[in-house]
Amino acid sequence: MTGAEVLLEALVREGVEVIFGHPGGAIMPVYDALYHRKELRHILTRHEQGAGHAATAYARASGRVGVVFATSGPGALNLTTALADAMMDATPLVAVTGQVPTTAVGTDAFQEADVTGVTMPITKHNYLVADVNDLPRVVKEAFHIARTGRPGPVLIDLPKDVQNDAFTGDFPEQVDLPGYRPTYKGHPRQIERALAALSAAERPVLMVGGGAQHAADPIRRFVERTGIPAVATLQGLGVVAADDPHYLGMPGMHGTVAANRAIHEADLILGIGLRFDDRVTGDVERFAPNLKTLIHVNIEPADIGKVIEAQIPVVGDAAWVAERLAEGAGPLKIEPWWRRIRAWQAENPLPFPDDGELRSQAVIRAFGEATGGEAVVVTGVGQHQMFAAQFYPVKKPRSFLTSGGLGTMGFGLPASIGAQVARPGETVLLFDGDGSFQMTLQELATVSKYRLPVKIVLLNNGFLGMVRQWQDLFYEDRYSEVFLADSNPDFVKLAEAYGIPAFRVERREEVEDAVERVLGEPGPVLAEFRVKAEEGVFPMIPAGGSTEDMITEPPEEARS
Amino acid sequence: MKQRHVISVLVEDHPRVLTRITSMFARRGFNIDSLAVGRTHLPGVSRISFVVEGDDRTLEQVEKQLNRLIEVLKVVDHEGPRLERELALVKVRVEGIEERIELKEIAEAFRAQIVDVARHALTFEVTGHPAKIDRFLEELSNYGVLETMRTGAVAMDRGERVIKLRARREAV
Ligand SMILES: Cc1ncc(C[n+]2csc(CCOP(=O)(O)OP(=O)(O)O)c2C)c(N)n1
Ligand SMILES: [Mg+2]
Repeated sequence: MTGAEVLLEALVREGVEVIFGHPGGAIMPVYDALYHRKELRHILTRHEQGAGHAATAYARASGRVGVVFATSGPGALNLTTALADAMMDATPLVAVTGQVPTTAVGTDAFQEADVTGVTMPITKHNYLVADVNDLPRVVKEAFHIARTGRPGPVLIDLPKDVQNDAFTGDFPEQVDLPGYRPTYKGHPRQIERALAALSAAERPVLMVGGGAQHAADPIRRFVERTGIPAVATLQGLGVVAADDPHYLGMPGMHGTVAANRAIHEADLILGIGLRFDDRVTGDVERFAPNLKTLIHVNIEPADIGKVIEAQIPVVGDAAWVAERLAEGAGPLKIEPWWRRIRAWQAENPLPFPDDGELRSQAVIRAFGEATGGEAVVVTGVGQHQMFAAQFYPVKKPRSFLTSGGLGTMGFGLPASIGAQVARPGETVLLFDGDGSFQMTLQELATVSKYRLPVKIVLLNNGFLGMVRQWQDLFYEDRYSEVFLADSNPDFVKLAEAYGIPAFRVERREEVEDAVERVLGEPGPVLAEFRVKAEEGVFPMIPAGGSTEDMITEPPEEARS
Repeated sequence: MKQRHVISVLVEDHPRVLTRITSMFARRGFNIDSLAVGRTHLPGVSRISFVVEGDDRTLEQVEKQLNRLIEVLKVVDHEGPRLERELALVKVRVEGIEERIELKEIAEAFRAQIVDVARHALTFEVTGHPAKIDRFLEELSNYGVLETMRTGAVAMDRGERVIKLRARREAV
């Protein structure tokens, strides 16, 4: 066997079925070996960043490890954004990059880049394989590291000569990483303390994040049993169903009033699988000022106590711990607390100006109603992303795929590809912005090539809307370099050029029909909605602010 | 409150492991005052010692972020009674016999050795707690110091306390 064949054999042994990638000189032996391994499905994207985001969404939608291939130098460097994105949002990926031959490493050879050096801070771990006989061990370790602990991307840099070398070693059955032993089971004493604190709390709130996506079952049972009010961060959407009466919405910068007020008043927060990102906390000093007990459940010890001090740290797997909590907890007696929360909810529905103008909120809500909140939703980054988080009622876990930690414009289209490959029978809805979409739109070719039936909902406001919103609020309406409409392409013709049916919607009255048309389309489709440009996402807590600084409605002059 | 800490880190002796650690320190904004690396009696295991300054919270993060690295086997903050040593070589210009005698006296006071003698230069070797080396260098600063090289502090707990590695486990 050659190194290239060993790689593919090792991937098959890890249960890999799909690889996203783009070939090139330094990885040709691997692609040649792939030609003979028909059980590995390869999705050819038009850019390595696209392959990376597709693999990320595949991983998050399926719960498996995403795999991506790229060539050396420019190919590998094109992957970096996707690696950093996967690192921030704790997504298990294994990236294999070709490298110049070991004899040429360090000589500034053609298409050489120090890929292990460049990716060191944006991967969970990386390898440069110098000996073909190490390869099966490295692959096994890479998958183990990617999917256990706080999941993350692992990169394997594979020089071309190693891909061709003759293999004489064995495939190990086990990994031996003495420096890496994630704690899976939460400490029983800490769980006891957590249960005691919970039953004594007067104003408890459950916060779930992306690290709880695989723990939806026990968490839902826990919520049902205790009757605790629950909020979900952007990455945690769908862990608790949006229509669960205990669910208060998303907290943070564009969170609901009820979610933020509840956190502000809470005496106890049970945080599961989140890391208290600054978009959630705002000013850390003024975050949850009435908090007495934070129970912080996270599999990564470094994420506990990093931002907010935890009185009861629980290092462990979210599902394992939630299971114990669901077993051990009883109904909470918090009727007065619920009365206050219900009042906040009643007084502060999400602002929804449905005044006959075509607005993103109405479009997203209509898709939410038509799909019953059951679609797999993917987004770009910007206002449309926040509107999707606010107005699409996510019912299922692993079904809201968005770039949270890194906030990567261009995530949407390639991610919708990965999501559809992972969940072929389900409706994948991409809500994208005109700016975000144009960062990776070449992947329309990939959608077309594989006839992936993704539903592309382009919320075209002709602006880099989110930046414009900040200019509205904090830069006295100086709209510096955010105008796109004068030079946006004809998105309908563009999609059609790729062989994807498309149409345009310009009036509010057409929305419901358009939704039906999109969902009725058996294959891919792009619907461009010309939404109102002068629009803001509210509520909003300005960066570095607290719940007390929340702007719940657009200021007068921005309304026109 | 900021305090000086000496941290020992046992690592797998792999290429770039030091880069991983220093890159993590840089990225997280932790300052390293000194650093020393060497092999240990255990095959494949190296030991790094860091001197860092920080409050409890920072130190907790330093330790946790180090532990996150796959090749880091063990992190110990030497908080109890410890031995702490550093070695320095210092080359000083000497003009006359008088200076030579003075420098010799200073060296004796600090138990520094003269390890090289030339017509216009003396080279001292001194070991000890980094604070002692600071004081030695301060004394010499009245003379013509030409070159200094310090190794960075190394540390070990006093008494019978040792850093233990968990036995390699037949894993997962
Ligand atoms: C790669 C990248 N570049 C820049 C930004 C900064 N940024 C955040 S939102 C945004 C505007 C997004 O515009 P669009 O996709 O049209 O979405 P909208 O806000 O208009 O809904 C920009 C430029 C980013 N998040 N990612
Ligand atoms: Mg836009």
